Amino acid sequence: MRKIKYLAALIISLLVTLINYAQDDKVEMADTMRSNGRIYVVVAVVVLILVGLFLYLLRLDKKITNLEKNSS
Amino acid sequence: MRKSWWKILCVLLLLYTFIGGFLMDVPRLPALSETIRNLYFHVCMWFCMMILFSVSVVYAIRYLRSNKLTDDIYSRHFAVVGIVFGVLGYATGSIWMSYTWADPNNTSFQSFGAVAREPKLIGAAIALLIYFAYMVLRDSISDIDKRARITAVYNIFAYALLFPTIWIIPRILPSLHPGGENGNPALDTKDIDSRMRLVFYPAVIGWTLLGVWITSLKIRLSLLKEKRLLQ
Repeated sequence: MRKIKYLAALIISLLVTLINYAQDDKVEMADTMRSNGRIYVVVAVVVLILVGLFLYLLRLDKKITNLEKNSS
Repeated sequence: MRKSWWKILCVLLLLYTFIGGFLMDVPRLPALSETIRNLYFHVCMWFCMMILFSVSVVYAIRYLRSNKLTDDIYSRHFAVVGIVFGVLGYATGSIWMSYTWADPNNTSFQSFGAVAREPKLIGAAIALLIYFAYMVLRDSISDIDKRARITAVYNIFAYALLFPTIWIIPRILPSLHPGGENGNPALDTKDIDSRMRLVFYPAVIGWTLLGVWITSLKIRLSLLKEKRLLQ
C-alpha cells in the first residue's frame, strides 16, 4: 500500500516538473504541449484525472482485500 | 488484488480511449464537428448500463432458482451501478444535445419544446425511472428473503421493459437523435467510420470493465457486511 502511495507521489511530482520544463523553455515554442491548438494539455489533464481515479479505485480494492483477509 | 488482469486491461483500454479519443482523426460532419468524439464517452455509458442490467437480471433469475442470498446481493449491486451509468449517459446526452440539436432560429423555450418530445429521451427516462423504482422497492421491504424474492421478480419485469423503451420505440418514431431509421437506435452507423470504431469498441469494453470493477468492490464490501446473515 505504502509503495503505491510513494509511486503515485513520484509520478505526480515527475509530471509537475515536466510541466515546469515546458514553461521554462522559451526558445523552442513549438513544443508538443503548445502545438496544435494545445489539445495535448487537455489530454494531459484528463489522463491525470483518470489516473487519479484509478489509483483511488486500486486503494479501495486493496482495503477491501485486507478486510476480507482479516475477517476470514 | 484478486484476479487482476482484467483490471489492468480496463486501465489500459480507458487510457487508450481518452488519449486516442482526443487525438485521433474523426470524420468532419456538419453540426457535430468535434463533438462526435462524445461517442467514446456518452454512448459507452449506455452500452455499459445495458450490460450491467443484463448481468443483474441473470443473477435475479439465479436467485429465483437457487434462493441463495449472495445472488441477490450480486443482482442488486449490478443494478445500482447500471443506474449510475444510465444517469451519467442521460446527463452527458443533455449537454451534447443542447449544443447540437438546439435550433438557433428558435428561442431556447421553443427548442426545449422540440427536445422534450423526443421519443428516445422519454424512453430512456422511463427505463431509468423503472430502475429507480427497483431501488425504492428494495428498501421498502424489511424481510430479507421476501425482499430478495419480490425484487428479483421486479428486476425481470424492469429488464423486460428496457426493450420497448430503449430498443423498440426509438426505432419506430422519428427523432433528432442519430440512428433509428437504419436499424440501430443508439447511433447512426453512417456517421462513424473505421477510424472511430478503432477507439469506440475498446472504449465500450473499457467502460464496461470499469463498471464491473466498481460493482465487484461494492459486492465484496456488502458480502463482508452480510457475512453473519449468509452463514
